[in-house]
Amino acid sequence: MSNNTISLYLRKKKRERQIMWKKAKANKSCYLFILPYLLLFTLCFVVPIVMSLFLSFTYFNVLEPPEFRGMQNYVNLILADDVFLTAVKNTFVLAGIIGPVGYIASFLFAWLINELPRYLKAIAVVVFYAPSLAAAATMSIWQLIFSNDPYGWINSFMQTIGQEPVLWLSNPKYMLVVVIIVSVWSSLGAGFLGFVAGFQGIDRSQYEAAYVDGIKNRMQELWYITLPSMKPMLMFGAINSITTAFNVSDIPEQLCGNPSTDYAVHTVVTHLKDYGSVRYEMGYASAIATVLFLAMLLCNKLVQKLLRRVGN
Amino acid sequence: MKKIRMRRRQPNRSRGGDLGVYIMLTLFGVMFAIPLVFAVCQAFKPLDEIYKFPPTIFVHNPTLNNFKDLFVIMGQSWVPFSRYIFNTVFITAVGTAGQLLIASMGAYVLAKYDFPGSRKLFAMITTAIMFNNYITSIPLYLVMAKFGWIDTFIAPILPALAAPMGLFLMKQFMEGIPDSLLEAAKIDGAKEWGIFTKIVMPNVKPAWLTLIIFSVQGLWGNAQSQYIYSEDLKTLPYALAQVTAGGVARAGAGAAVTLVMLIVPIGIFIFSESNILETMASSGIKE
Repeated sequence: MSNNTISLYLRKKKRERQIMWKKAKANKSCYLFILPYLLLFTLCFVVPIVMSLFLSFTYFNVLEPPEFRGMQNYVNLILADDVFLTAVKNTFVLAGIIGPVGYIASFLFAWLINELPRYLKAIAVVVFYAPSLAAAATMSIWQLIFSNDPYGWINSFMQTIGQEPVLWLSNPKYMLVVVIIVSVWSSLGAGFLGFVAGFQGIDRSQYEAAYVDGIKNRMQELWYITLPSMKPMLMFGAINSITTAFNVSDIPEQLCGNPSTDYAVHTVVTHLKDYGSVRYEMGYASAIATVLFLAMLLCNKLVQKLLRRVGN
Repeated sequence: MKKIRMRRRQPNRSRGGDLGVYIMLTLFGVMFAIPLVFAVCQAFKPLDEIYKFPPTIFVHNPTLNNFKDLFVIMGQSWVPFSRYIFNTVFITAVGTAGQLLIASMGAYVLAKYDFPGSRKLFAMITTAIMFNNYITSIPLYLVMAKFGWIDTFIAPILPALAAPMGLFLMKQFMEGIPDSLLEAAKIDGAKEWGIFTKIVMPNVKPAWLTLIIFSVQGLWGNAQSQYIYSEDLKTLPYALAQVTAGGVARAGAGAAVTLVMLIVPIGIFIFSESNILETMASSGIKE
């Protein structure tokens, strides 16, 4: 009886494999099209990622061959590293604000810009993308604005109205807020451009049809036509926002230094870089990266689930 | 043109709403434009203005001295400066053109065909985006070293070709192309390659112009110092970073460097975006 079931099962499997193989053969050209990308992707992304995952179970100081350590890195990370827990907390706060705000702002501005006549539209896109284009010049101006000394713009203004200057960049009370402001301000990046391009791909006749069907204002148009047509771009923007939000590290480092006072703006990626390029403990740094990766995957799953509901 | 004017007169747009859009965009636009304006002004400031307290955004006595200084410093370089420029132009051009072709080809079959393994592949590619690229830089270096590609242009170019973000962008756009369009082409006897170049690519022009922006932005400003150490293979950002390393005395030339490094990405950006916004006239993809 059971033998019969097994052989039946095996036959079914075999049959499935045959169908798969036939399908694959029929789609031969598909594999040819994707082959160059796959080769490079495997070499430059899959292999390094797998190597990093392996290194996270070792002690590796870059000079000597890695030494296998089992789960030790992960155990230390969670049980013995207080700074990591601070970094996790900060990263969640930062990502929780920068991610959604940056995402919504990217979409909102791209949408509003799309309402403009053509030439104004071109100028607006350049202006709104300026923080990403001139990223090199950006930090120096924020440092000027928030500078701790009385020459900082905010402090010099506060003194003229008779207030005490504030240590914006080294008082733990204000640091996180400053980092959030600057990060949100510079969050119109790849996602924003994706949206701008996405709006150009929408079939205009849909809008005409919708008008005939009684869509009255731009909000209704946004919800019933624009958003559903933009779904693929919404997913692209979401992954972009998640990646930027969880990887915040340059802005806090450049504004508040590394390490920052009381680790007030220490993030997971700052922590990772600290172990990677200062202490040369690549194994431990890889473990940090793996934990961050898992958190981002989970977040992405949730966001994609939410996005599937848009316009339904 | 006519079409656009018609759109502006659409009855489901209120005058008040239009006004609100303009006010909001102007307010935020000023905030977002500051760093660019600052970077441009800084390059034309005489040294005393760069160090002026309290600092100013706008320039009062514009001068070209910073650029003159920069040219003098560039002229003293051991390797002719044109060599650095060529290196960076080469890496950027090959990296961008290659990614455009390779990523688009992959994206096309992932978006339009359901072949065994296609979904798993796509899931893998989007997952790879989320792995921190700082941590993979050492394994990547080891891979490059294994093949003997360190200190050649292959090392900076290959990873750029396979950047998952580019494929992801193209794939999301290509999903919008109606299947009926491709089937019609097939009935007319078009081959896969012909469909890809003559139908798919022209229809996703906004996507590949955006991809060009991302790629140029990423490659142009990248010093690639982890891979390249021969002087005559070094990149422009690397050489220019040497100029700014001179401290206070080089602050003027340093400001000029910032502007010079911005010119190409901004130029590409304006060129691409104006073309993207032009596609509006053809009113998107129609069945």
